[in-house]
Amino acid sequence: MDSRPSRFLPRRLALGAAALSLLAASVFSQMALADEANTTGLAVTDTEVTVGQLHSATGTMAISETGSIQAERLAIEQINASGGILGRQIKIIQEDGASDWPTFAEKAKKLLVGDKVAAVFGCWTSASRKAVLPVFEKENGLLYYPTFYEGLEQSKNVIYTGQEATQQILAGLDWIAKEKGAKTFYLIGSDYIWPRTSMKIARKHIENVLGGEVVGEEYYPLGNTQFGSLINKVKLKKPDVVFTAVVGGSNVAFYKQMKAAGVTSAKQTLLTLSVTEDELLGIGGENMEGFYASMKYFQSLDNPNNAAFVEAFKAKFGKDSVIGDVTQAAYLGPWLWKAAVEKAGSFDVDKVAAASPGIELTTAPEGYVKVHDNHHLWSKTRIGEVQKDGQFKVVFESDLIEPNPFPKGYQ
Amino acid sequence: MEWLSEFGAIAAMQGFNGLSVFCVLLLMALGLAIIFGQMGVINMAHGEFLTIGAYTTYVVSVLTEQYAAFFGPYYFFLAIVLSFFIAGAIGWLVEWAMISKLYQRPLDTLLATWGLSLVMQQAFRSIFGAREVSATLPEWLMGSWNPTEAIDIPRNGLFVMGLTVLMTGMIFLMLYRSRWGLQVRATVQNRVMSRAVGINTKRVDRMTFALGCGVAGVAGAAFTTIGSTGPTAGSLYIVDTFLVVVFGGASSLLGTIASAFSIAQAQSLMEFFMSGSMAKVFTLSAVILILMLRPQGLFSIKVRK
Repeated sequence: MDSRPSRFLPRRLALGAAALSLLAASVFSQMALADEANTTGLAVTDTEVTVGQLHSATGTMAISETGSIQAERLAIEQINASGGILGRQIKIIQEDGASDWPTFAEKAKKLLVGDKVAAVFGCWTSASRKAVLPVFEKENGLLYYPTFYEGLEQSKNVIYTGQEATQQILAGLDWIAKEKGAKTFYLIGSDYIWPRTSMKIARKHIENVLGGEVVGEEYYPLGNTQFGSLINKVKLKKPDVVFTAVVGGSNVAFYKQMKAAGVTSAKQTLLTLSVTEDELLGIGGENMEGFYASMKYFQSLDNPNNAAFVEAFKAKFGKDSVIGDVTQAAYLGPWLWKAAVEKAGSFDVDKVAAASPGIELTTAPEGYVKVHDNHHLWSKTRIGEVQKDGQFKVVFESDLIEPNPFPKGYQ
Repeated sequence: MEWLSEFGAIAAMQGFNGLSVFCVLLLMALGLAIIFGQMGVINMAHGEFLTIGAYTTYVVSVLTEQYAAFFGPYYFFLAIVLSFFIAGAIGWLVEWAMISKLYQRPLDTLLATWGLSLVMQQAFRSIFGAREVSATLPEWLMGSWNPTEAIDIPRNGLFVMGLTVLMTGMIFLMLYRSRWGLQVRATVQNRVMSRAVGINTKRVDRMTFALGCGVAGVAGAAFTTIGSTGPTAGSLYIVDTFLVVVFGGASSLLGTIASAFSIAQAQSLMEFFMSGSMAKVFTLSAVILILMLRPQGLFSIKVRK
């Protein structure tokens, strides 16, 4: 009807459109940066990328997980100080799994769905990892898991920065068989999945490869504090080697009672899978002096990477702090993630996961590591001898060992 | 012949082990036997009072090393005495602030003390850190004593044994030979009547609870020689402790001793012939079976219902 107002409309529209498109161009050009590196809606801005940390800061497992929390924080701090990842600073959201497996799953969901974190560094026990695994696979998250564990697992959504069982066990057994001429073995563990799986692998290796004999295999409930009968059985069987995977408070009780019963390194060779510098704090170096541990990392490793790492760790967390195998493995997590993100040029979980195999770190405190196609790390295994001051003396170092989470003939 | 002597040595050591486990069980249960047995308070925080003793020992050990190294070999005695008083004092406070309000509601004390145990665990974690610590134990306590070439008797086991005998003796004297013990037993049997004859039952309750906690502290200090010191170390003992006290018959100290002895012997013997987990299963099954047949436990005081 009245055509007057509409006379101006086209021009106005044109002006408006021009202004809008100018605005949009500037916005989009900025967004394009973020978009390219983040097509799946993760919590990534132009200046910041958010990651999650999921460990037990409270409850029974806090004993073990404290070191991992510290090491991951240190690594992230160092990465931020050196310019961050793809120009972005890393921001941490820390959640507490509280030593309770359902809580771990719940918090994992919160981090992935609520906070949209680009990666999670976390878990310690296999139980907590098994609890969060379905969440990570469903929500397509990325978990860096630091603990040496029983193997028999592989997921596109998990990078395992600790050793799987065969890496830790076989090299240790080979060394002790060769070095000490060991033929008879007594296997002792806490009664849950990791020691049982580890001992199964150890038994196959001893019987089929080393031609030795297992003269006893025993499991004690978690938290058991009385080992007198067991120690007498060991004395009766006189094995060349006692091979142990006892954990938690039991660990301390076991070694204190071994010493009290006169089973010291002068009379008995012992190789353990479950004592790091962390555990030695509780056991007391004097109670385990001369026994051996099979690990991929010891604080006393003599190389420039490790010297720098130990110094930085002590500067941040106090001069009395100790660094165990898992703490070092946890430290690798953020660095491996950084390398993979930079290789992929993206924070997208699928791209980072795809870029991970083949990633190498030459700056790792343990020396050179490389991510295998199966998402575990190639690593060396070392044998450490317990010293009175709670440190280990490295007496043997293997070649780089391929991770083999599903070992044929060992299951 | 050599085989026989070796068998003899193992048998001797295994026999000692049974006695040693018995003493450990008894020592950890004594405090609870007083609190649960005499007062009927289900103290779920018993384990944490053990932990107080353990941390006290640790602190004394560290301080000795720093300031009085010459005292080193003997600090352990001081630690035990201090553990008794510190754990006792905290027990006194807990009774005053919490337990005394709940005597009419025994099941609520179960929840309240369980909550207390969680609070205490986190407090240990905040104060001493989440990691386990270890007190440097004097040389004379660690290692073994060799009566013959083949026999190793753990010295810490001997020590715990001696301490257990001492503590049990003292508690017996206090309960059955002292005026305070008389008051405690009177209060247990008939609270209203005791009050009527002029016994301050509130004070008796408080002292009894504090004593039980103090004894737990001593046990905790002694257990640093055989076990771990960490925020949750006490929880390792709590199940066994209740097992011993309930199995023995709640209100009988003699029952506690008999129960600790039978559980320890059964456990120690079975562990020798089967794996630790299975031994535990059989021990627990036997205890459950006996409690089904005799719900009042091994020993019980006859009362008119």
